[in-house]
Formats: sequence, structure tokens, C-alpha cells
Amino acid sequence: MPQMNMVQALNLALRQEMERDPNVLLLGEDVGRDGGVFRISEGLQEEFGADRVIDTPLAESGIVGTAIGMALYGLRPVAEIQFMGFIYAAFDQLCSHAARIRSRSRGRFTCPLVVRTPYGAGIKAPELHEESTEAFFCHMPGIKVVVPSGPYSAKGLLAAAIRDPDPVVFLEPTRLYRLIREEVPEEKYTIPLGQARLAREGDDITVISWGSMVERSLKATEGYRVDLLDLQTLSPFDEEAVLASVRKTGRVVIVQEAAETCGFGAELSATIAARAILHLRAPIVRVAGFDVTMPLPKLEDHYIPSVERIGKALDEVLTY
Amino acid sequence: MPEETIGSCTVKRLSILDPQGNADEILLPPLRGEDIRRLYELLVLSRTFDGRALALQREGRLGTYPSILGQEAAQVGSAFALEKSDWVFPSFREMGMHITLGYPMHLLYQYWAGDERGLVSPDDLNILPVCVAVGTHIPHAVGAAMAASYRGDRNAVVCYFGDGATSKGDFHEGLNMAGVFRAPVVFICQNNQWAISVPYDHQTAAPSLAQKAWGYGFEGIQVDGNDVFAVYRATRAALEKARSGGGPTFIECHTYRMADHTTADDASRYRPPEEVADWRDKDPVLRLRRFMTQRRLWNEEYERRVLDEATAAVDEAVRRAESAPKPAATEIFDYTNAELSPRQERQRKETG
Repeated sequence: MPQMNMVQALNLALRQEMERDPNVLLLGEDVGRDGGVFRISEGLQEEFGADRVIDTPLAESGIVGTAIGMALYGLRPVAEIQFMGFIYAAFDQLCSHAARIRSRSRGRFTCPLVVRTPYGAGIKAPELHEESTEAFFCHMPGIKVVVPSGPYSAKGLLAAAIRDPDPVVFLEPTRLYRLIREEVPEEKYTIPLGQARLAREGDDITVISWGSMVERSLKATEGYRVDLLDLQTLSPFDEEAVLASVRKTGRVVIVQEAAETCGFGAELSATIAARAILHLRAPIVRVAGFDVTMPLPKLEDHYIPSVERIGKALDEVLTY
Repeated sequence: MPEETIGSCTVKRLSILDPQGNADEILLPPLRGEDIRRLYELLVLSRTFDGRALALQREGRLGTYPSILGQEAAQVGSAFALEKSDWVFPSFREMGMHITLGYPMHLLYQYWAGDERGLVSPDDLNILPVCVAVGTHIPHAVGAAMAASYRGDRNAVVCYFGDGATSKGDFHEGLNMAGVFRAPVVFICQNNQWAISVPYDHQTAAPSLAQKAWGYGFEGIQVDGNDVFAVYRATRAALEKARSGGGPTFIECHTYRMADHTTADDASRYRPPEEVADWRDKDPVLRLRRFMTQRRLWNEEYERRVLDEATAAVDEAVRRAESAPKPAATEIFDYTNAELSPRQERQRKETG
């Protein structure tokens, strides 16, 4: 089985989905001739043509809005927003339309759309290039939110997102694009949306994480006996997998890159409190980004949850 | 180097039928007597539908409702040029378009009474649900038009919006995309002079909206929006152009919102009655009737019949809308996603 990084895995997923279904097309800024600023769509315009891998004007709302129109017509567009910090311009299109068209038309029209965007810190980039505001989208009924944590999951989840009948916001952890190489099957496969993955198995603590923080949580939990749950899909998230693990371990550490307040960890904490509180042996601890404006590169390492901070939280719940 | 002129924009305005009912014979579209009568009947039906909606709202039988009074020609004339297979992206004040394309009137009443089931377009029509968020559907129309091109379909896409929408970012992003990709889309702007209380000259400093198309690299034209022949002719030409690969067109229908913005509004707070009175003289229904009278296509007996038929159709639509069975509470879960998540399943049980 070949070794791939996430860029290669995502590229292969896009290529295979385009080969499989002529309704799949790509659009976004620089996705065609340039292959995307992170090269995710490298070579695809040459292979599939400029009317199928579409370089658009610089207009995030227009890109997502146009992609919605394509999806309404019956295509399966995959739109790229170059960095998550620029998706806010398209937030209205996602929340006012993509999320609601099925309901508004009572199923007469649907929006099978994927909006891919690199997210997260750690790449020493300018302002608004390192956001991790996934919870905004998790709060909106009608939108699915998917966050791969490595090459294998990236390929299978992207294929599943493209085949999904509803709009999916697909967040790619920028820092991990080329950091992890692992075995990725060349053949097509999908990973069902809404299912968590057990990245490490153990009885003492349930560590819940997703996307960019899974790699760091893996490092931090070396030598500990933990269930490390990689959620993979945040909306809808795998509630039963979370609860099953919490009922087993009784201790919970949630690791998220996003700012703590109203982050997805808050939803997890509330769910665990509501449905498994009597199994808890220690308070739920969240290791999260701080409630500050995402800093520029000189200070970004002070923001991103570190292996040390995660380790401290593990010890805290173990010794409570 | 001296300065040179590298471009200049000419803005055309098309009017065929004047308020007295006199038509420009050369520009008059080749419509048969029965087509002209059909147009008239659709205008009357739209107005009857609208009047009844206002009455129903006052009786508490309909929710907030945006009247189309005065804008019937812009809607009927443009929709009359469409094929059934074309795709239509309306805003929220185009019921005359719906009626012209044969969208069931009882569904319109159902929707304005607060029932989503009224937005389910019949299978043989591609009319998207009403878009309440002003102008944000413009990129959708462009995307659908690009999709039609991609598939090699000969469908055109029509997008309706008002003067207020031209101030929105999505208007710019959508029209820009349409120009770049030569999408087969026709933008029909009903410039009714008022966006709630904001008049045209506070919406834009441009002397016309039609000229904005020039900035996006395609043709824009202003038509007398109360002249059903001008609207029809311009729309038909734009659709033919779209279908033959000529790209987008922007049509500004210069018209007037005779009523309040919606039933929740009171336009007397912000606009002079003289202005409204001036526009009453330009009424779209009246001028077609005058034209038809000249051509012996109209008489009192015909008028009575048209009114009676419109009233009967509206009566029946109201009856059907109001006798629709109440939706089940659990229906709120049925269309948010294709499949319910386990959590939605649990919540659904709570609603019984």
C-alpha cells in the first residue's frame, strides 16, 4: 500500500470522485491552473478541463453561492475557500441557503455541496490564515461538519462528503497537510460520516479530539492508558461512541484548537454531563485555544494547545 | 501620453406601449390577439390574486404579505417569455411570475400563510423557493446557469430581484461571475423605486441600474416595466441570446411599488402621495386595456368574463389553501437533512 501525505490523499479522492461521477466538479480561487495554493487539486484541471476545475474570481460568497446553484441544478460541486478565515464572507450563503434549501423546498431541491477549506494554526501565516472556528458551522442545522486528522481519514471522508446528499463543510488541518505520511489505499473507499475513530485504546481516560489536535493528542497520550477518540465528523457527532468510552473510563479530557468558550468541547461536555454524569470520576477538562484573537506567527505557539498542556490535563484527571 | 477614452457606456431604454395605450408598431412583438388577451387575463388574475391576499391578511388568514400591485407587467411580461423547462430564481415579490408559469395559486396562499409546503414547485416547473434574504440568490442563478452549460442543456435561468438587491455584495459577485463565465442567465430587476423606505437615489448614485451590467462586461437594458410588451420583448431577446451562447443580460424593469412594502409597512410615513398618484396614471393593466380597446380586443362583456374567471380561480385557490390538512408536528424534522442523526431522532420523538 502506498504511503501518502494528506495533500496526496485529498488529491486522489478528488480525482477518483470526478472519475466516478461526471456531476462532480471543483471551483474556487486558484484551484485550476495553480492546482490550489496547497496543491490539493494539482493536475486536475489538465485532466478534467477548465469547465470542470474552475478558476473563479476572488469572491468567497460568490463561489459558495454559485456552487449552491450548481448543486440545486443537480451537480455535486466541491468549492474551495482558500483559508478558513475567508469563509466568513460566505457564511451567509452557507447558513441562509445551503443549510436550508432542503427544508425550504420540502425536499424538492437539495444542496449536495462540499465546501473544503484549510483550517488551523501552526503554519506561520498571515492574519486570518489560521482560524479554527468549526463550532460556528456545528451550530447550524442542515450543515455537516467533517474534520479529517490524517491522510487515510482525509481520503475516505472527502469521498463520503462528496457523495453525501447534504452540504458539508470539510475542514482540512493545514499544519498536518504534509506532516503525516501513512498507508492509504489506492482504491476508492469511504468513511461514513458521523462516526468517530478510536485512535488509541485504553481504560483510564477518554481523550476526545478532532482534526489538527489528534496528532498532538497522540503524542501527549503516549505512555497513558487512554481511549483517544478522533471524532472525524463534528456535526452530527458520534454521541454513542463518546458515551460508551466515558462510561468505561469515567475521566474526560477534550482537546480542541478553537477558543474555549462555546467551542465544540462545550457541546461534548454538556452531552456527557447530561447522559453519563454518574460515570464520571473527575471533572471534565477542556484543553483549548485561549479566548483571544488568534495571534500572528511570533506568538501563535502560545495559543495552540501544546503536548505539555494536554499532558497536564491528563495528570489532573488521573489524580483528581 | 494624452488621456484617451478606453470605453464608454450607452444605456438604452425600451418602451413600446405608452400610458394611453398607443404602441410603437415597429417594436410591437409579434403576438396574436389570443396571446394579447392571455397577457391581459394574466395581469388581471395577478391583480385579483394580490388584492385577495391583502384582504386575507387583514382578516388574519394570511401572514405578512408583499403586494405586487403596480408591478404586474414586469412579472407577467417576463414570465410569458419563458419556457417551462427554464429555471427561475425568484425573490419574494413575483407572484405574477408564478401565476403566469402556472404555479398553483393555492400553494402561494399556503406559503404566505406560513406553510413551507407552498414552496414545493410542481415537478414540471423549476421555480426555486422564494428568497427572503435580499439579493443572496443571485449567485445561485448564476451557478445553475453554469451547470446548464456544463450539462449542455438549452435551459436558460432567470433571476428576479429588486432595486435594493443591487446594493448587495452578492449582486456584484453574482453578476461578475455571470460575465466571466458567460452564463446563460437573465437578470430581471424590478426597480420599483423603493426598498421599504429607501428611495432609488439613496440606493445608488447611478442614473440607471441597467448601466451596471456594462461594468460586468455584458448588456444591460432599461425597459418601461409597466409596459408588458417592452418587458416581454426584452426578456425574449435575452433568453434567445442566453440559449444561443451569448451570455447574460440585465433587464431593469422601471416600475413602481404602488402598495406598502409589505402588510407590516406603512408607506405613507415616508413617501409623498403625489408620487404615487403620478404612477397610478402609468398603470400597466389600464394601458394594455386601452391598447386592446383600440384593437377591438376588449369590451365590457369580455372584462366581466375575465374578472369573473379570475375571481372564481382565486376563490378556489383560497378554498384549497385553507382546506389543506395541517402538517404533522414531526414534519419539522423531515427535511432538515436527508437522514436524521441519532440526536434528531430523539428530538423528533419529543414532538410526538
